[in-house]
Amino acid sequence: MDFDDTREEAAFRAEARSWLEANASPLEPGETNPGLGESDDPDTIRAAQAWQAKKADAGWACITWPEAYGGRGGSPIQSVIWGQEEGKFRVPPNVFGIGLGMAGPTLMAHGSDVQQQRWLPKMLRGEEIWCQLFSEPAAGSDLAGLRTRAERDGDDWVVNGQKIWTSGAHYCKWGILVARTDPNVPKHAGLSYFVVDMESTGVEARQIRQISGGANFNEVFFTDARIPDANRISEVGNGWAVAITTLMNERASIGSGGIGGGGGVKDLIALAREVRDERGPLLENAGIRERIADYYVRTKGLQFTSYRTLTALSRGQTPGPEGSIGKLVAAKMRQDMASLALELQGLAGGTLDPSLAVQDAAWQEAYLWAPGMRIAGGTDEILRNIIAERVLRLPPEPRVDKELAFRDVPTGSQG
Amino acid sequence: MDFGLSEEQRLLAQTLGRYLEVSISPARVREIAASDEGHDAVTWRGAAELGMAGILVPEEYGGIGLGMLDAVVAAEAFGYHCAPVPFLSASMASVALAHGGSEEQKRVWLPRIARGDAGLGVAVGGHVSRREGAGIRARRRRLHGKALFAIDSTAAAGFLVATDDARVALVSRDAPGLSIEPLHTIDATRRFSELQLESVPVDGWLEGHEGLVDLLIDAGRVVLAADMLGASQRAFDLAVAYAGERKQFDRVIGSFQAVKHLCAEMAAELEPARSLLWYAAHAFDAVPEEASLVAAHAKAHLSEVGRFVVRTATEVHGGIGFTEECDAQLFFKRVGVARSLLGTPEQVRERAGVIQGWVAA
Repeated sequence: MDFDDTREEAAFRAEARSWLEANASPLEPGETNPGLGESDDPDTIRAAQAWQAKKADAGWACITWPEAYGGRGGSPIQSVIWGQEEGKFRVPPNVFGIGLGMAGPTLMAHGSDVQQQRWLPKMLRGEEIWCQLFSEPAAGSDLAGLRTRAERDGDDWVVNGQKIWTSGAHYCKWGILVARTDPNVPKHAGLSYFVVDMESTGVEARQIRQISGGANFNEVFFTDARIPDANRISEVGNGWAVAITTLMNERASIGSGGIGGGGGVKDLIALAREVRDERGPLLENAGIRERIADYYVRTKGLQFTSYRTLTALSRGQTPGPEGSIGKLVAAKMRQDMASLALELQGLAGGTLDPSLAVQDAAWQEAYLWAPGMRIAGGTDEILRNIIAERVLRLPPEPRVDKELAFRDVPTGSQG
Repeated sequence: MDFGLSEEQRLLAQTLGRYLEVSISPARVREIAASDEGHDAVTWRGAAELGMAGILVPEEYGGIGLGMLDAVVAAEAFGYHCAPVPFLSASMASVALAHGGSEEQKRVWLPRIARGDAGLGVAVGGHVSRREGAGIRARRRRLHGKALFAIDSTAAAGFLVATDDARVALVSRDAPGLSIEPLHTIDATRRFSELQLESVPVDGWLEGHEGLVDLLIDAGRVVLAADMLGASQRAFDLAVAYAGERKQFDRVIGSFQAVKHLCAEMAAELEPARSLLWYAAHAFDAVPEEASLVAAHAKAHLSEVGRFVVRTATEVHGGIGFTEECDAQLFFKRVGVARSLLGTPEQVRERAGVIQGWVAA
């Protein structure tokens, strides 16, 4: 067990830092980079693309991508080290996660050479940004129940239907789409996977306003939109297997996001020191201290768990159950922490104005954002099913819809 | 960075696990638990032959001289099998003697511990929480007072006794003026006694280390946290296995989301707790400035996680979980007592709060 960089890691870190010093300005003490939540305006997107291109030219754009695809061929630990170093500099938000973390690896696994050559280089450089078109109004947790139809017409597929929860659809060039190509076979067998040009006729994105006030997500409507068959990934009917590749990569990228996750609880401690009642700082209240101590310990547990996952990956092992639980545990804890942070502020906890609310109203934003985190990337309940069925090997619930042709599956909802 | 068990540590877990599997079946645990001493001398001797009793004893005194993370791997295995052996006191005494003992004390006691002979019980309860009527005062090399919950007391040849002024004394079991009153606790696989001391002569002081009582307690907390992890993991494994075979409504109950989600939640609690514990063990040896704090965190957190898991595992078993016949009860009880030993979660978190500067001492 060793928390220091190995010689190779230290050399990599020094190389990364010296490039960053030459190409970006360090953050001032107390300054933080804006998160994805404020990343919608065209100027920010352009700045993010310029930074990505600069990184690509110097070989820093995709640490873990194989060199054959223009990546650095680096280890997961190198990727974390890069993230730690880059995080010390003033850089635009990363709007490329769905492409680089999900669509890219899926294309590497299932795309043809021609498809890889067409899409991966521009994805890597940030020239083209990607979004994900999976969920539908009637197909959330039951993703394989999706109803968006793709029908063959000559060399094209004609797509009709509606997707939802598509982050960034309003500024993306490409989307990864799962659609139903055959309703006459069981649900999982009738799906195919496509890459759709978001600028083509018949594709319309409408932003969804969230309870946090932001509008990161979209509904996307398909009305006789045409996709060339050349944009189909893998065989017709093999869309579910391809989608699973994407989802596994999504989970891995969410699961590895816990590094350095001490920030949230540190801010909570600072808040409890700062806010006072007539007896002194609230941190001196034993009941409050107990709750904060619990979050502190849990945060540490998750942080060390992500180190375990990284260590297993860099030893060439498959992570054990610890790889599947990060998001489940973290999302609920973050929600509880935000709730406590608001309670500590009393009625002022309801104040959204950053000039009045402590810590620039960050906790109020966290409070409003938290419910979404328990849903995104799999609800708590779906994640528990995954842990129980894939890790603990408990049997699935009996299903009435698995063997039936999709058109015969009884439904109470409209798709 | 490298954060995980080494190949040797995994081998250690495997070897000890296989040995305990054969040596200490649940039936044997019940048999020992029903005995007066509550101590499985045969299993302890066998574990000692594998080097486990002397895992923290330096090689020059007959041990294998490994670190706290190795001890944690072993403690998890002892907890997993609910082993009625004095690993906790052996670890605490090894640390105390190695750091604070005189050359002679080391030569007398460390090889005994490593061989699995009768070792030293540990009476430090007064430093964790002061209860009415308890407390040990030293006057002219004699001890007076009462120590509650001396650990691993029934099979010990002597005791390490912490005095009110935070010194550590060695006392023989047969010292005049010492009376040992065994206590019945929920968990009969770990034995405690109340020590009454009326002018008991001190065999010697462990004076070689500043703050030895705290070090002793930190070591005990880390080892005990690992024992709770092992016990919880076993209760969890039993529950998952049961959920996979018990049928109701013509289905195994593990196929119901209400039941499988309980199992998933146990897994989600256990894994981060394991990571935290590994760090606490690493810090004990390698990051002294953090060791006390993370030992307190690990102990408090494993107490909470352990309670959640053994309760939930019992729940998954349904009515059978409430019976003596069901093995889950052994672990329910093991955690039930360990949770409060060397400090309840509230007391330990309070201590952590003081170390972190969240609250005045």
